[in-house]
Amino acid sequence: MKPSQKEWLSRLVDALLPVFATLAALFVGAIMLLFLKVNPIQAYAALWEGAFGSSNALAETLVKATPLLLVALGICISFRGDVINIGGEGQMVIGAILATWLGLTFTDWPGWAMIPVAMLAGLIGGAIWGGIPGLLKAYFNVNEILSTVMMNAIAVQLMNFLLRGPMIDPSQAQLASKIPQTARLVEAFRLARWVPTRLHLGALIAVVLAVLVYILLWRTTLGYRIRAVGQNPHASRYAGINVKRYIVLALLLSGAFAGLAGAIQVFGVNYRMITDGSASGFTGSAGFNGIVAALFGQLHPIWSIPASVLFGALLVGANSMQRAMQVPSALITAMNGLVVVFVVSSEIWRRRRQRRRLAAAPETESSPGSGSASPESAEEAA
Amino acid sequence: MDPLIILQAGVASGTVLLFATIGELLTERSGVLNLGVEGMMLIGAMTGFSVTVATGNPWLGLLLAMLVAGLLSQVHALITITLQADQVVSGLALTFLGTGISLVLGEGLSKAGTVALLPSFSIPLLSQIPILGPIFFTKQSILVYIGYLLVPATWYFINRTRPGLHLRAVGEYPAAADALGINVHGMRYLYVFVGGVLAGLAGATISLAVAPGWFSELTTAGQGWIAVGLVIFAQWDPVRAAVGSYAFGALRRLILDIQGPTLLFGFANPFYYNPYWGFFLQMLPYAFTVIVLVIGSREAIRKRLGAPAALGTPYIRGERGL
Repeated sequence: MKPSQKEWLSRLVDALLPVFATLAALFVGAIMLLFLKVNPIQAYAALWEGAFGSSNALAETLVKATPLLLVALGICISFRGDVINIGGEGQMVIGAILATWLGLTFTDWPGWAMIPVAMLAGLIGGAIWGGIPGLLKAYFNVNEILSTVMMNAIAVQLMNFLLRGPMIDPSQAQLASKIPQTARLVEAFRLARWVPTRLHLGALIAVVLAVLVYILLWRTTLGYRIRAVGQNPHASRYAGINVKRYIVLALLLSGAFAGLAGAIQVFGVNYRMITDGSASGFTGSAGFNGIVAALFGQLHPIWSIPASVLFGALLVGANSMQRAMQVPSALITAMNGLVVVFVVSSEIWRRRRQRRRLAAAPETESSPGSGSASPESAEEAA
Repeated sequence: MDPLIILQAGVASGTVLLFATIGELLTERSGVLNLGVEGMMLIGAMTGFSVTVATGNPWLGLLLAMLVAGLLSQVHALITITLQADQVVSGLALTFLGTGISLVLGEGLSKAGTVALLPSFSIPLLSQIPILGPIFFTKQSILVYIGYLLVPATWYFINRTRPGLHLRAVGEYPAAADALGINVHGMRYLYVFVGGVLAGLAGATISLAVAPGWFSELTTAGQGWIAVGLVIFAQWDPVRAAVGSYAFGALRRLILDIQGPTLLFGFANPFYYNPYWGFFLQMLPYAFTVIVLVIGSREAIRKRLGAPAALGTPYIRGERGL
């Protein structure tokens, strides 16, 4: 059956929905700017200039996009398994702490040995911090949304303690100011950079991992089972899948990617950990914004790449907008919320068209219960 | 470290959680999960404080805080009830939205200084009761007393009145409620709004009574999320919600006060001599929330109690389902 012209059109609309959502968010953002008595056109021009205006600006955008993409990859895995991981912030922090501790302890190792080990430490740290809520959900029926949020707060306090106490930079420990930060990593451990910009090897690692996550989710048994459990845990149980194990795995993997993002942030960008008392002071809220990027990329690892670049650009652009126009950069937090609002509300049109398509298609093609909002999933979420 | 003072302040700080928890409880009873409590609380705290700074009238600030947070909640209502989108994702978006807007509009508000606060007073007679009097009825904000009244009122409303019965029907079995002529969507819009109003009240309780001022995200410091957790612990029952809220309030207060004295039960206070250990104390409310969730969830399985059956699912007339 050849798709009619009308159907092509509706598919095109489906593909463009995120673009419309972004435009709608920018429009509401413009209203907020007017409310702040700022010319929105000038503000958005400053935003564009700051994000894409020069090769250095573009590099900064990619630097910001890297942790977003890594977190988003983890979110693709967990949300596909119908496990909601909001603990990216905490998982990044723990991954970074573990990797930084290695880097500061074994300073005589060669770089080629330390970097992979430190990245692995990041993965493990994040996996532990994601795995705990996973175990609690699988074996104690504890809502993972809440437990991951709580784990964020616990991780922040742990970081604040370590960076003021045991892990403080020895030179800061002697000063009266006692800035809560670790010592700098030795030069051999730093990820390669594309000088003169700050763009580092981590960006490439993230893109390669995006392809690997795609393969994991759609070309391996593990990925198939995670998705099966996410779509219908009851049917999966009847099919002999150990549902609890895959719930834990989904959160564990998701946390691992966030932990890696934290480690890369230290080894590629800052070369040390520093805290202002909040998680976002270290992560730049990548643990939350990565969720937005993943949802925007329709929980697809490859589509998450452009989505992360878009949100990276918004973050970098917001900073230059703040400098140029004195607009608080928190505006971007509101805009992120708006983008999700519009993306999630446009779902109904997609679903409606899908239903119409299924009704028109021959019987064999229709598969019941393909929506993500199955009653089972809601039951688990409660 | 006077226990009476800690408990008295704990009741005040627990009132914040109480309002937010009761609001979310009512929203969830109607079958809608709103994870945006944190965002609505922040916008309530910001609105209440900034209106009071501008007008000098804390009552007007309180009123507008409730109204603005209620309006924000209607974004969630529109997305999840009419557009039938995912409630979890929409709730997260609401948190981002509320946080972002409050931070943008609250910029510079932290330097606003002190404002007129809502009145505090002691209840005549009741404050004379030993132990209970000083804790519950002495020099508390008027909002604390409103909190006392809200708990039995909510319990009575849910369990003993006709609109309360309709509320439960909409949350447990919307199709049956619809067949009885109850406007399912209308009810859900209403209770999402009520939840928003109470979250706004919770936020304003912080910024106008318990910890006056605007400290950006630290104003709420994750209490909106704790409130969502307390609803599960409370098994959707307002009395249990009150117990949980006041206990958490007291815990928060204890953590603040325990770091002050040099002696603790006759021993050198480790939190005084090692100030960095305080960070472990600050983990406690969040660690406790996880523990409380474990207890609440286990009990729910054992007693076969649980969430409102339709929680998290949109109601579409004529479609098979709940």
